[in-house]
Amino acid sequence: MNTTRILHRNQTATTVVRYGLMSLLALIFLFPIVFMVISSLKPDLQIMQDSSSFRAFLPVGDISFDNYAETFVRAPTGRFIFNSILTTALTVVLGLLVNSMAGFSLAIPRWRGRGLVLTLIIATLIVPFETIAIPLLLIVSRLPTIGLDGITQGWLNTYHVQVIPFVANAFSIFLFVQFFKSLPQELVEAARIDGASWFQIFANVMVPLSGPVFATVTILTFLPMWNAYLWPIMVVQIEEFRPVMVGLQYFFQLNVAWGEVMAYLTIITLPVLVMFLALQRAFIESIASTGIKG
Amino acid sequence: MTALDTSARTQANHTHDQSGQSARFWESLAGWLMASPAITLLLLFMIVPFIMAFGLAFTNQRLISPNPTEFVGLRNFERLLTVRPLVLQPVVDPATGVAVLDEDGQTTYPAVRTYTRNNPEYPQFDGLQEWTTWSWGDDKLVWLAGDAVFMKSLFNTLFFTVVVVPLQGSLGLLLALIINQRTAGVNIFRTIYFMPVVVSMVVVSILWRFIYDGQNGLLNNILGAVTLGNFQPVDWLGNPSTAMWAVIGMSIWQAVGFHMVIWLAGLQTIPGVLYEAAAVEGAGAWDQFVHVTWPGLRNTAVFILVTITMAAFGLFTQINVMTRGGPLDSTTTLVFQAVQKGFEKQDIAYGSAISVVFFALVLVVALIQRFVTREQGE
Repeated sequence: MNTTRILHRNQTATTVVRYGLMSLLALIFLFPIVFMVISSLKPDLQIMQDSSSFRAFLPVGDISFDNYAETFVRAPTGRFIFNSILTTALTVVLGLLVNSMAGFSLAIPRWRGRGLVLTLIIATLIVPFETIAIPLLLIVSRLPTIGLDGITQGWLNTYHVQVIPFVANAFSIFLFVQFFKSLPQELVEAARIDGASWFQIFANVMVPLSGPVFATVTILTFLPMWNAYLWPIMVVQIEEFRPVMVGLQYFFQLNVAWGEVMAYLTIITLPVLVMFLALQRAFIESIASTGIKG
Repeated sequence: MTALDTSARTQANHTHDQSGQSARFWESLAGWLMASPAITLLLLFMIVPFIMAFGLAFTNQRLISPNPTEFVGLRNFERLLTVRPLVLQPVVDPATGVAVLDEDGQTTYPAVRTYTRNNPEYPQFDGLQEWTTWSWGDDKLVWLAGDAVFMKSLFNTLFFTVVVVPLQGSLGLLLALIINQRTAGVNIFRTIYFMPVVVSMVVVSILWRFIYDGQNGLLNNILGAVTLGNFQPVDWLGNPSTAMWAVIGMSIWQAVGFHMVIWLAGLQTIPGVLYEAAAVEGAGAWDQFVHVTWPGLRNTAVFILVTITMAAFGLFTQINVMTRGGPLDSTTTLVFQAVQKGFEKQDIAYGSAISVVFFALVLVVALIQRFVTREQGE
C-alpha cells in the first residue's frame, strides 16, 4: 500500500519533470520564430529596445502591419513570390510526371538494361548537388534557348534554368519504384489480359492507387524548391526572375531596416509553416521516409 | 547440356507464339519510352556535369574567357594540396650572437615572404602562402600552403563535421527518447521540435544573425539576464574564436528535429516485448537503454551519422548568409570556396577541382557506410 503510493508520487514527479523539460525545449525551438513574427509588427527602434527584455516576444507597444506594406515598396516582393510559386509549381508538376513514369517503367515492364539503369540512378544519390553545381553552371550558360526572339545562347536569367535541371530526381524515382513494386502485380496482369497498353496501365491502374507516394514526392520537391538559394544566386542575376530567398538581398543594401527584414522573412516562411502545420503528419512521414532507404 | 536445354526452350518459345515476341517488343519499347525523359534529364544535368567536374579540374576553363581552354595537368590540385613546413629561427645579431628583440621585448623572426617571393635559394617555397604557425621551442614552425584559404576551408569543414556529427546525433536521440511516450500532447512537442526543419536555412541564418548580434543580440541579453548582468557581451559572429561555434549551434538547432524523427522511427521498430522482458528481469532504465534500445538502433545510428556527415561536408548557406567565410577565414568552408572560386571569380576549373576534393570526402564516407553495414549483415 505504502510502496504503491510512493511509486505513484514518483510517477507524478517524473511526469512533471518530463513536461517541464519538453516545454523548455519547445521554447528553445520556438523563440527565433516567435521573435521573427512579433518583430515584423514593430518599428525598428522598438525592436532594438525590446530586445533586452521579454517584450521581444510579446506583441506590445506600437503594433502595425506597416513593415509588410513597406516590404512591397522597397523590393519587388510580389514579383519574387510569383517567381518562386511559378518555378516551384512547374518543378513539382513536371517532376511528378517524369519521375512517376520512370518509376513505373523501372518497376513493372521488363526490358533489357532496366536493372543497369536503376542501379545507375540509385548510384547518383550519393552525388551531392554541390559537387556538380559549378560544371552545371558552365553547361546551362552554353545551352540554347528557343524563345520569341529566335534562338539565343545561354539559359542564365530565365525561369527554365531554375526548373528543368531539377525535374528528374533520382530519389523521387526510387520512391516511385518502391511504391509501384509494392502494389499487387495481379492488377497489371488483369489489365494486360484486358488489352490495356503499358501507358494505360500506368495512367489508369497504378496512378489512381498512388496517392501517398505522390504526396511524399510533392512535399520533398516543394520544400527545397521554395527554399532554393545556391543555384539561383549562381544563375539569376536580374530581378525579373529572382526567387524569394535571393530577393532577401534587397533588404541588406544600404541601411538595414530590421522590421522590414522580419516582415519579409515572415511572408516567405509563413506559407510553408502553415502548410506544415496543416499536413504535419504527411510532412514528417515524407521527410522521415528519406531515412528509410533500401 | 544446360546450354542445349535453354536454346531448345527458346526455340520452342519462338515457334510457340509469334505474338509473344511482339508483345515483348512492345513491353521493351514502352519501358524505354517511359523512362527516357528522366534518363535524358539525369544524363544532361547530373551525370554529364559530374563527369565534367573531373575533366574541368585538369584545365584552365573559365566561365567567360577570350583564351581557348587548355589542359594543365595536375596544376589545380597541386595548388590546392601543396603543404610545406618552414622552420623560422629567431633573428640573431651576427656580431654579438644575441637574439634581436622588438620594442615589446619579443623575439623576432625573419618575414615569411623573404622565403616565398622570388628567393632562388628556396624554390620549393616559391609562391606559397602562410597558412598557420606553431611555436616550436624558440623556433616558429610555419605551415605554407599553395592555397592557404583552401586549407583553412578544408580544416574548418572537417572541424564542423567532427563537432556536429556526435552532438547533433546524440541530441536528436535524446529528443526522440523524451518524445517516445504515449502521453498526452507529445505530438505537439514533436511538431514544435521539427518546425525549424521546414524553415529555409536562409531565413534561419538571418534570424540567428540577429540573435548573435554583439550589441542588441538576444543571446547576449538572455545570458546577461541569467547571470544577473555579469556576462560580458560577445560579438559571436565577429570573433574568430566564437564564429564557428555560433554556426554550429544554429545548424544543430535547425536540423536536429529531422534526426529526432528518424531516431523515433528506429525506436518504434523495437518490439515492446523486449522491454517487458527486461523489466521482468529487473533491468533499470539505463540497463534497458544499453541492452535493448541501443542494439536495436544500430542501423538507424549508421544512417544518421552518415546523413549528418554528408550534410556537414556541404556547409554553405549559413556561411554565405552569416559570415561570408570570415572573420579572418575562420568559417570558410569547402563548398563556400568552390562557389567563391567557380562562380564569383568565374574560375570554373579551380572551382571544379575543389568540388572533386569535396566529392572524394563524400565517397570515403559512403564507402565506410557500406563497409559497416555489410559487416553487420553477415
